[in-house]
Amino acid sequence: MKRTPFYESHINSNGKIVDFGGWALPVNYGSQIKEHEAVRTDVGMFDVSHMVISDINGIDAKEFLRYLISNDVAKLEKHGIGKALYSGMLNDNAGVIDDLIVYLMPFGYRIVTNAGTYEKDIAWIKNVAKEFQVTINERRDLAMLAVQGPNAITKIGELKSYLKERLLNLKPFTAIEDNGWLYARTGYTGENGLEIMLPTTNASNFWQLLVDNGITPCGLGARDTLRLEAGMNLYGHDMDETVTPLECGMDWVVDLNDPARDFIGRSKYTELKNNITNSTQVGLILEGKGVLREGQKVIINGQENGKITSGTFSPSLKLSIAIARINVKTEKAMVDIRGSLEPVKIVPLPFVRNGKSLVS
Amino acid sequence: MYSNDMKFLESHEWVRLESENSAKIGITHHAQELLGDLVYVELPKIGQQITSGDSIGVIESVKAASDLYSPVSGEITEINESVINEPNLVNSDPHNSGWLIKVKLSNSSELDNLLNLEQYQKSIG
Repeated sequence: MKRTPFYESHINSNGKIVDFGGWALPVNYGSQIKEHEAVRTDVGMFDVSHMVISDINGIDAKEFLRYLISNDVAKLEKHGIGKALYSGMLNDNAGVIDDLIVYLMPFGYRIVTNAGTYEKDIAWIKNVAKEFQVTINERRDLAMLAVQGPNAITKIGELKSYLKERLLNLKPFTAIEDNGWLYARTGYTGENGLEIMLPTTNASNFWQLLVDNGITPCGLGARDTLRLEAGMNLYGHDMDETVTPLECGMDWVVDLNDPARDFIGRSKYTELKNNITNSTQVGLILEGKGVLREGQKVIINGQENGKITSGTFSPSLKLSIAIARINVKTEKAMVDIRGSLEPVKIVPLPFVRNGKSLVS
Repeated sequence: MYSNDMKFLESHEWVRLESENSAKIGITHHAQELLGDLVYVELPKIGQQITSGDSIGVIESVKAASDLYSPVSGEITEINESVINEPNLVNSDPHNSGWLIKVKLSNSSELDNLLNLEQYQKSIG
């Protein structure tokens, strides 16, 4: 298994290491539920160094990205340096190859893509790049730590006091750079917080500093329940290459405003957008017994109508929740849990945001 | 926390005789560690007849669902209501207050087919 720069830190923090797509990462450090609660009420940290950081430069960098991904990086310039954008990267059929964040920084564009899709992403991106004057520089010299929770930014501000003002003034989806470190107000938990990219050589010391200051190490388990409560997609589960943004709640990251901009998947996407039979992504709340899980069938009016793409027990709501893809608009459905049909309520996503339940 | 009066299945259930033909069944400390925080437990009904090796319930953690297999045959005489209401009791005390069901054994010689403590500990490495 591959190890991140925080591997020794996980061992020292009693992380229970699992094989996560070839990476040795902690699933928890004792209790997944306590880690989840730390992020909702205080501050927790996640090693996300398995994710792929790439810097994109060259005279065609902007045009390359405008063609490569579904959201429009031209918007970044309007906000100025330090702005970030969430996007999909689509294939010709408008299926989602990956989801990513692109940053416009003083040193150029930076993208962060998923670990599990690494091989195909790199092949795809390099192939598209052949037509452009760009360089793609993978930054394996950087580690990445997500520090999330209502007290996350204040806490990092105290520990990096010379940056305190700048950190406290960061708006959502903006970032600052300092001496090779990047601090972005982004995350995957539905809470306020930062994603920090830092030199691998600083990783273990920084981890220890955060542990010493009461920041709770959190594993992949808590990361999954937090993102699911926040209604955020997990690649390979809630979407993949056979799923279009229309079907997985990613419609908002496809930007059609500039009619002159061509991007991969645009024509197919436009065609599908006018098709009213698209399935849609919804949230489910279990009213019956058990726990909703990925792959369980959603039954509406006695007919199978869709499937759960992610399901779990929600530690914040103390009941089971799921993300599902279904074909009709309705408020009630049943889910087949091991042969037993259990009632669910259909709700919009997310379930939880900034520590508050959005479920009535 | 493991004791010599327990017998085990490789699938991490334990059984312990309470009297001549009555036994309590639960899942092991090792099992609860593998599963992580438990959030839902589905147990058979009192009076239900069960056969050793049958799947008789479901244990769900935040992470995953896992079948509960019976190490013995007999009739369910009691279920632990406390773990239904508070599944994480199985995490905190899997071998005592986190027991799951009580069974009146129909064939106590089945216990001889189960793993003893040493064998179970070997099986989990």
